[in-house]
Amino acid sequence: MLFFLEVILSGLLAGVMYSLVAIGFVLILKASGVFNFAQGAMVLFAALTFVCLLEKAIPFWAAFFITLAVMIVLAVAIERIVLRPLVAKPPIILFMATIGLAFFLEGLGQGIWGADVHGLNIGIPDDPFEWLMNKGILISQFDLVAAFIAAILVTVLVLFFHKTATGTALMAVSDDPEAAQSVGISLRWIWVITWSISGFVALVAGIMWGTRLGVQYSLSLIVLKALPVLILGGFESIAGAIIAGLIIGASEKLADVYIGPYVGGGLENFFPYFLAMVFLCFRPYGLFGREAIERV
Amino acid sequence: MGRKLIFGLFAMVLVASMVVVSGQALAAEKKKEPPKQYIPLFAYRTGPFQAGGSGQAGGNEDWYTLVNIKGGLNGVMIEFEECETGYNTARGVECYERVKSKNPVHIQPWSTAVAYALIERATKDKIPLSTIGYGRADASDGTVFKYVFPLVTNYWSLSTAKIRYIAQVEGGLEKLKGLKIANLHLDHPYGRETRFILEIMAKKFGFEVKHFPVPWPGIDQKSIFLNIRRFKPDWIINRNWGVSCTVPIREAARIGFPRDRMLAVWWCGSEEDVMPAGPAAKGYLATSFHGVGKDFPVIQEILEKVHHTGKGNISYGRVGSALYNKGIIQGILTTEAILTAQKKFGNRPITGEEMQYGLENLNITKERIKELGAEGLMPPVKTSCRNHEGFDLMLVQQWDGNKWVQVSGWIEPFKDLVRAEIEKSAGKYAKEKGITPRKCE
Repeated sequence: MLFFLEVILSGLLAGVMYSLVAIGFVLILKASGVFNFAQGAMVLFAALTFVCLLEKAIPFWAAFFITLAVMIVLAVAIERIVLRPLVAKPPIILFMATIGLAFFLEGLGQGIWGADVHGLNIGIPDDPFEWLMNKGILISQFDLVAAFIAAILVTVLVLFFHKTATGTALMAVSDDPEAAQSVGISLRWIWVITWSISGFVALVAGIMWGTRLGVQYSLSLIVLKALPVLILGGFESIAGAIIAGLIIGASEKLADVYIGPYVGGGLENFFPYFLAMVFLCFRPYGLFGREAIERV
Repeated sequence: MGRKLIFGLFAMVLVASMVVVSGQALAAEKKKEPPKQYIPLFAYRTGPFQAGGSGQAGGNEDWYTLVNIKGGLNGVMIEFEECETGYNTARGVECYERVKSKNPVHIQPWSTAVAYALIERATKDKIPLSTIGYGRADASDGTVFKYVFPLVTNYWSLSTAKIRYIAQVEGGLEKLKGLKIANLHLDHPYGRETRFILEIMAKKFGFEVKHFPVPWPGIDQKSIFLNIRRFKPDWIINRNWGVSCTVPIREAARIGFPRDRMLAVWWCGSEEDVMPAGPAAKGYLATSFHGVGKDFPVIQEILEKVHHTGKGNISYGRVGSALYNKGIIQGILTTEAILTAQKKFGNRPITGEEMQYGLENLNITKERIKELGAEGLMPPVKTSCRNHEGFDLMLVQQWDGNKWVQVSGWIEPFKDLVRAEIEKSAGKYAKEKGITPRKCE
């Protein structure tokens, strides 16, 4: 029973890490209707910049804010160079543009900072909690801190969206871009803000994942973990990304631990996509996604 | 307008290319260049395995650069060219098709899966495949695999030597009985290559082996480690590649599994694998077939003549790393095989078919290794028509938190067992493919 509890807890905490990445997708899709294929590359780019600044003996918080500034400049550049010329083009065109952006950012980050693997230690131990370990459950301190950071991040984002004028404008654009524009909300400005916030989320996700995996190209592959979370939670809901992350995390661990041994193992990657596919059949818009109703 | 612009640009590029090509042709006429030996390098400097790919390629290219600086191989200069595979099998095959018409002296794919995919093509085209410490283990039988050379050692030799090392630590072969060994492997032809030999060893010595496949890219192995925790192994074999080598080290720390009971394949024994894991990697063990660090005359010479003159092919800090040193050894084996072939066929660029002779008659003695400045860096290698492996011992190194430290002497595999399995498997392959094994003297 204790082991079962540990599997569930480990899964939930892993799910939080997936949600950290998924939120970046949700933010951009919510505000601009673009499925940002480059989110993984943004995570890599942000983490590479951050860790290389740290290696140049720049203090932690200074490196953090410099990287954040870089991500904001990047957001402005993306809006100016990639998005603005594609205004009013079909979503598939914007999606294709983000695929190009993903390759560009991966190359740019490694072009500037090199392709070496960087270790990142932010001082949070990855050892199990001793008092839980004595009870037979192994839960990493790092996982709990990551969950706490994700909780803060979501709270800040929710407050921003609901309690600030800019957040309300973002919601308005998300609801009806044309109506929002008609009342004077600048679509371009909103895009810059959204991509900047997404850059901030990418930086946080990059630091957390980079601490675990090292900062290297593979960081961009964490999007593979975020996709089923998005399908399950709905592409436009931050709460959905969190809850779906928890469901995906717990279910993949349960499946791999309890079903895996009977089918040769290796279910950890397969099961989330299987679950997402089943979910698509019954709830194509995800748990919290909005059903698109089109007048014919 | 747009179409005109595109056509205009295209025309400009075309004209510029023609000018460059004709310029090159004129320059070539003016200056008689020394003969060149073309060596393609299948590298992966991009993609999830780039850290490993760039290390190997860097070492390999630095060696060839040094050889050229010193006048080439009997006056024949090495012309090396990278083909980027991204550790992707399809791209590896594409690279092969792209370079095969340029008279490549051999192909070293740096990927077991690509090696598998190329065996038949390369054999048909008479281009040797060199796979140093990786690739298809039964290809060590030269009577069946005439053009395939899993040089230095293969995965089956490695796996049995690992078991011998575990026995040494546990206090003897009889202590293996009742042990539990978790074989954590990438779910990929490379990862699956040793399952079978470990099972044979388990039956022979009475230990239990359980396989834990890691789906690509292996960035999250939490549930695998939950299963490993339930299995309660005494040892974990880490047989991954790239980031999937690092993740188990951290996961082991999280479940309190001792790192000095994790024994990794040499591809999980590089600085790039342990440094991202931080303090969790201290004590971690990995196998090797070469020396570590840069305190070898050959590497000092590379630093002096290649890197200090701005001709290096990798960042200075990575010179002497485990993967870099593998690249150097691959380079030495290649050039020594070319020299062997030149002795028979003359001091000129040799063909793939001639290189087969060179690879099959390699005899890199201790004296020759000393002459090359690689004493302690690489073992002696002697191949033959029957034996395309050339050496089969392994070392164990341990990460002390800052660097690799060698913690064992040369460890022997279970030679008879491995050779019998190699011949059995190669015989089966020959039967399936309708190959009549060669007669070797």
